[in-house]
Amino acid sequence: MMDWVNILVQGCLLGGLYGLFAIGLSLSFGIMRLVNIAHGDLIVLSAYVAMIVVEFTGLDPITGLLVILPTMFLFGYALQRGLLNFTLEGGLLPPLLVTFGISVIIQNGLLLSFGAYTHRLKLGAIETQSIVFPGDMSVGVFPLITFGVAVLSIGGLQLLFYKTALGRAFRAVSDDADTAELLGINKRHLFALAMAIAMAFTALAAVLFAIRTNFDPAAGPIRLILAFEAVIIGGLGNIWGTLIGGIVLGLAQAVGAALSPTWQILAGHLAFIVILIIRPSGLFPRTRD
Amino acid sequence: MSLLATHNLSAYYGDFQALFGIDLTVEEGETIAIIGANGAGKTTFLRAVAGALASEPDMVEYDGQSIGQHTPHELVRLGIAMVPEGRRLFPSLTVEENLALGGYCGRPGPWSLKRVYDLFPVLLELRNLPAPSLSGGQQQMAAIGRALMCNPRLLLCDELSLGLAPVVIQNIYDCLGAITAEGTTVIIVEQDIRRAIEASSRFYCFQEGRIGLTAAKDGFDQEAITAAYFGL
Repeated sequence: MMDWVNILVQGCLLGGLYGLFAIGLSLSFGIMRLVNIAHGDLIVLSAYVAMIVVEFTGLDPITGLLVILPTMFLFGYALQRGLLNFTLEGGLLPPLLVTFGISVIIQNGLLLSFGAYTHRLKLGAIETQSIVFPGDMSVGVFPLITFGVAVLSIGGLQLLFYKTALGRAFRAVSDDADTAELLGINKRHLFALAMAIAMAFTALAAVLFAIRTNFDPAAGPIRLILAFEAVIIGGLGNIWGTLIGGIVLGLAQAVGAALSPTWQILAGHLAFIVILIIRPSGLFPRTRD
Repeated sequence: MSLLATHNLSAYYGDFQALFGIDLTVEEGETIAIIGANGAGKTTFLRAVAGALASEPDMVEYDGQSIGQHTPHELVRLGIAMVPEGRRLFPSLTVEENLALGGYCGRPGPWSLKRVYDLFPVLLELRNLPAPSLSGGQQQMAAIGRALMCNPRLLLCDELSLGLAPVVIQNIYDCLGAITAEGTTVIIVEQDIRRAIEASSRFYCFQEGRIGLTAAKDGFDQEAITAAYFGL
């Protein structure tokens, strides 16, 4: 019995990381209807940026976030304003093709610059520390922190979207960007800001991921699929749904792994397919189109 | 100097030419009407003035500036706001959020949430409802209020009466007086000729992308309008 509680708790915590992976994707789809195929590779790129920052400054990865997050924020702004904005006028296909191209470029660029070696960010003892709860259940400190960061991130975004003038403007351009323009909102700037915020959260997820697991230039596509599944399970355009979607994936993987280690990844995908069949628009759909 | 002047304004949707050399002027503080049948180019004209449809720079002159190439959000900052056809409220925002959005660019002026609620008291009661749950007339009020929150110098109103009951239309047009009393210049586009001419001091009748007739409120005869309206 206790074993199962333990499995579910671990799965839930893993889901927090998946939820973090998915925030950037959820934002760019929710606000710009941009399906970002390069999202997984942008996570990996952020991990490499973090690695470089850590090496050059000598900071630990968490303190390094003070450099990494603003860097990726600016990168996201430039990426949207300088490139992706131009793909948004002609339907769904141009952004798909362009971000697919970015994905290929990032993977090969990283391979060329850093080789196929695996890397990891190191945070010292905290990586392996754990708290023992009554009933002999031991929970890793770092997964717990990751989960907490995911909840805080989503909560912060929720506040941004529903309590600030900027958030109101984000929701308005998401509804109808052309009418928003007629009310004085520069949609190109706002889209770029949205991508900047998305990239900052992507970088946050990347650092936590890179402390927990090895990464290499080819690690992107699987993160993209996990992020996609989390967003779709949760319901497109719903930011809390994205966290729930991540948790559903994490739980399914943990249960699968408990049955047989080879089942871990497959169980997550199966859960995704089952939910797609039962609720095609996700658990908590918000976007109407 | 006129607040707004168009010089030989032409506009296109792709290869289709919708406006053919429109010359129109509006003085500061004036309310003018643009009437015409469906497809006469009225909405196209408003969209060109609001910057939603690009034109040659010199074709549209506002307050002495050439604005043909300006984007809509730049023009809002200069004081041109629009009540779009079909109201186009943001469905996932509440009524009050829709109104507050009009104040996004922070142009100073007489209009505030409180003033808008004074003008349309019914919106105060409905302020926390999602915009789509309002009736057509209430939505039109919210759309006008939202544009007023931009504190415009020039307000463009596209088909305020569209799809509304006559009594509601009367209500909305009664409020125009309070808006022009602030010195706001207004361009009304309407299919309802009588309503439009009543509310304005001059009118232009568009026909197939050209100006068919222009006259002051009391300086026209009905037959001339009919001729210009239907192109007889």
